[in-house]
Amino acid sequence: MSNKRVYSSLTKKYVMSLMGLFLITFLFVHLGLNLSVLKDLGSGDYPTFNEAAHFMATNPFIQVFQWVLFAAFLIHIIFGLILQFQNWASRPKGYKVKGSAEENIFSQYMIHTGIVIFIFLVIHFVNFFMVSKGIIPGIQHVKINGEEMENLGKVIVDVFHNGYYVTFYVLALLLLGFHLDHGFQSAFQSLGLQNKKYGPFIKGLGHVVAIVLALGFIIIPLVIYFTK
Amino acid sequence: MDLKLKIWRQNGPDDKGKFVDYEIKNISTDASFLEMLDILNNELIEKGEEPVAFDHDCREGICGMCSLYINGHPHGPDAATTTCQLHMRRFKDGDTIVVEPWRAKPFPIVKDLIVDRSAFDEIIQAGGYISVNTGGVPDANTIPINKGKADLAMDAAACIGCGACVAACKNASAMLFVSAKVSQFALLPQGRIEAKERVKKMVAKMDELGFGNCTNTYACEAECPKEISVTNIARMNREFFAAKVSS
Ligand code: HEM
Ligand code: FES
Repeated sequence: MSNKRVYSSLTKKYVMSLMGLFLITFLFVHLGLNLSVLKDLGSGDYPTFNEAAHFMATNPFIQVFQWVLFAAFLIHIIFGLILQFQNWASRPKGYKVKGSAEENIFSQYMIHTGIVIFIFLVIHFVNFFMVSKGIIPGIQHVKINGEEMENLGKVIVDVFHNGYYVTFYVLALLLLGFHLDHGFQSAFQSLGLQNKKYGPFIKGLGHVVAIVLALGFIIIPLVIYFTK
Repeated sequence: MDLKLKIWRQNGPDDKGKFVDYEIKNISTDASFLEMLDILNNELIEKGEEPVAFDHDCREGICGMCSLYINGHPHGPDAATTTCQLHMRRFKDGDTIVVEPWRAKPFPIVKDLIVDRSAFDEIIQAGGYISVNTGGVPDANTIPINKGKADLAMDAAACIGCGACVAACKNASAMLFVSAKVSQFALLPQGRIEAKERVKKMVAKMDELGFGNCTNTYACEAECPKEISVTNIARMNREFFAAKVSS
């Protein structure tokens, strides 16, 4: 019954939680930028957002960082899947009466919310990243403060005039909130950064992080759709 | 009280096993859960049938031998209670009670409701001890120990190794057990000497035996009859990290 593991269970959890927390910090930056689209709604050339997006797309530091981000996603997903497969294998035969003693119901569905987030990421990537880079044609250009740049704001607004995309985005982002509601405090526990004194605070902060990120991102497609 | 029982019966490790329904009448509300099973077994023996095999020893909540997954809870519905300390007044007349064995790959079924928990012994053998040279008995209290730490170590040492944490965990993870055993030593000066080696060896053994990975659902703490805290898991995560980066 020997199954020696390349990385111990705990090492995998450290890496996963660090990647998860890193992704959360990225999400806050991402949310901050995206909200600026709403500022110039109806203007047609979205100067605030486009300029910010242009800065991100041309800044060498951000360009390197982008690959770190892809790697973080990949590692989080791969380790998540490996751990999940091992977990399923640890109980080949389940119970007739399932237990429900977990503290947070979302902890039972991390792999499910994770997989929906992954599908979302692929669609999101096609919707925006590939269009912005011209891999998928259709991007228009605008002149802002004398500088020619991609009109990514218009791409976003066009996508969110489609009710199907809006519905999918809202649902997927809701599940992201569920993932983070458990995930945030889980990462601290995995890193050993939790005790009786600070535990309740970290859990509370996790709820706030999950709600702010999920609602923050959800507002964008909704506002665009209902003001079209 | 009269009850319907749905009990997992399995002749041996390789038998497929199935649930068998029993009806049992006139059970006193003062009977313990295991006494209720004793009565059932007497009836089965009288009828010439094979009695239900289940683990038990002290029947006073201190040895950790009793197990049983009762209506979706290891050790039944009461908090901080072992199966042997569970009483029938907790149930209602006419209830159906489903009794299952612990389910985990490293805990193979021996017969009916009995599982082999020697995987836990292997984890202890891997590092759950301190090495002391024999000689004269040292005086008590020669090593000063912080009262807070002593209390935490004592709380961790309350673990009776029953395996309810593994049974409750959706991943069949043994983290609560292993972390309690790591913590009870890690918190005390006598245990610090071998702390790094201990945590690495015990975690490696836990992984090797095929227990699942912790996803921090805390079902283990909720179901633990000795209320072992998941802060022990956080402590073990710290200990393991420190051991890995420093040696
Ligand atoms: C924006 C994207 C994501 C963020 C911010 C995120 C964040 C997190 C965090 C913080 C944790 C807790 C880490 C730990 O305790 O080890 C976690 C756990 C997990 N994530 Fe993600 N995640 C994301 C996407 C995904 C994706 C795409 C998948 C898989 C297909 C996934 C699968 C999992 C799994 C299986 C767990 C383990 C559950 C646990 O240990 O509690 N995640 N995630
Ligand atoms: S039989 Fe000893 S703890 Fe239940």
